[in-house]
Amino acid sequence: MPVTAVKKDLDALTMTITAQFDASAERVWEMWADPRLLEQWWGPPSYPSTFTQHDLTPGGRSAYFMTGPEGQKHHGWWEIKEVEPPNRLVIEDGFGDDGEPNVDMPGPSGATVTITEAGGVTTMSIESTFAGLGDMERMLEMGMEQGMTEALAQIDALLAGVAD
Amino acid sequence: MVVDYPALDDESTADLQFAALADRTRRDILRRAHEGRLSISALAREYPISLPAVQKHVAVLERAGLVSKHRVGRESILHTEPEALDRARAALDRLASDWQGRIGRIEHILDEAKGAI
Repeated sequence: MPVTAVKKDLDALTMTITAQFDASAERVWEMWADPRLLEQWWGPPSYPSTFTQHDLTPGGRSAYFMTGPEGQKHHGWWEIKEVEPPNRLVIEDGFGDDGEPNVDMPGPSGATVTITEAGGVTTMSIESTFAGLGDMERMLEMGMEQGMTEALAQIDALLAGVAD
Repeated sequence: MVVDYPALDDESTADLQFAALADRTRRDILRRAHEGRLSISALAREYPISLPAVQKHVAVLERAGLVSKHRVGRESILHTEPEALDRARAALDRLASDWQGRIGRIEHILDEAKGAI
């Protein structure tokens, strides 16, 4: 397996996955830059993706849809934040048609892709984060969690002085 | 029982939580609930206050998202909300497994291309 590490940070709500490939950095970059290659791996086999727009320039957008087993289409988009071929790509990605977020799906998340080559082996790491502060799902999950942590810390402090 | 409260922003949630915690009885209820499952009627027997008064305290804690109630037979069982953390963990697990799938497919494409040369 090319995946060498998966790191999850529940507080920051980020997940970093690192993988190594027996290929050049340029070749790994192509996986992202060439929409025909990209659509071979972005969606799972049961939901193949089709990119209808792919503009890897800062401020550019990509648009795609994934086709489900019964022909249903799920639209998604990327907003390109930073591009430094072949080493760095920062995107925000989400579900829904342009300007019309799909509220049934998780809110926008961000991904920072870092690609470095050393000795013929290319390491790609992806830091993925839930970026949409307004996203209700995230708010419910983390707002509560944050509040709970604070509340319990406060209780601990309050109880500290009380002989139990 | 599921009650859908309107979504609150983080500040409003914090306000509710701090207000909920600004009472000795409610802090005690929360501490007991955190230690284990607790029925509201058992709780009412522990305090020198009426059952409706205990229920009122529980409602304040519930509104702040700190506890939830589940009915088991005729008892209303109270527990703290680890679900929030569990849901965050599940979301990250889902994300990790999505990416593991993607990386596996990238490797496959790279390997296939190599085989073709």
